[in-house]
Amino acid sequence: MLELNVQTLAFFVFALFVLGGGLGVITTRNLVHGTLYLILSLFGVAGFFVLLSAPFLAVVQVLVYIGAIAILIVFAVMLTRSMTSLHEVVNRQWVLSTIVAVLLFVMLTVTIILPVWGQDGSLAGQPVSEVVATTTDLGKALVDGNQYVLPFEVASLLLTAAMIGAIVIARDDE
Amino acid sequence: MAVLNEWAFIGVFFAVAWVFPFAPIFLARLVAPRKPNPIKQSTYECGVETVGDTWVQFKVQYYIYGLIFLVFDVEMIFLFPWAVAYRELDFFAFAAGFLFIFLLADALIYAWRKDALEWV
Repeated sequence: MLELNVQTLAFFVFALFVLGGGLGVITTRNLVHGTLYLILSLFGVAGFFVLLSAPFLAVVQVLVYIGAIAILIVFAVMLTRSMTSLHEVVNRQWVLSTIVAVLLFVMLTVTIILPVWGQDGSLAGQPVSEVVATTTDLGKALVDGNQYVLPFEVASLLLTAAMIGAIVIARDDE
Repeated sequence: MAVLNEWAFIGVFFAVAWVFPFAPIFLARLVAPRKPNPIKQSTYECGVETVGDTWVQFKVQYYIYGLIFLVFDVEMIFLFPWAVAYRELDFFAFAAGFLFIFLLADALIYAWRKDALEWV
């Protein structure tokens, strides 16, 4: 079932990055180290995108998630008062959050993983789509009047609103 | 396999990049004599003793900077495919891209007028 080739090997290396990074995030007591583990995890996801033949998403993953969001998290960590040696790891809502996490895991397993593997694994070998979309196709679809031009402009408006909102909330009026 | 070949170069860079920091550290540990004393082991920055705690709370201004950077980084994701397909687009698509930039230019002007771009 599993062929031992470079792609499989790369998958397991990236899986190790993702899972190990994720484990590091939740076990470390130092928020700065947690952020670095998160970057490792996000890098692994970028590797998955490469393996899935989605180079644009891989680059976006590195540029936006590692290049911007992780940096923003670093800034947010720097803003907190006690970024190292967190003592209270378990709080009063741990039961509720455990239930939610388990439910989410079950839901993702049932809806995404099981249909692909199936009873006889019939779908596992099939490509999701016959069409290989390039970045040019994406660019054309984004600004096509019959396709995604409205979400495209709404995204711009959303980004504008996010930025204005952040400035309004973060700045205290002198 | 064909997919990986193009990316193997980045993989090689990734692997080699680890060698550069670790080789000097390892070599230094191997070659350098170790005669520690309290003065040598004291923490210093540019030859000067450090004052106070290293982990200080940052100003919120830096966070706003990071956030504005994030917004324009995300804008770049949307504009990059548009720019790649630029030569094959009609006028409507061209205008749609410019409306996108215009809306975000608004946000930039707002940030500018609110002095959010001032470095403190």
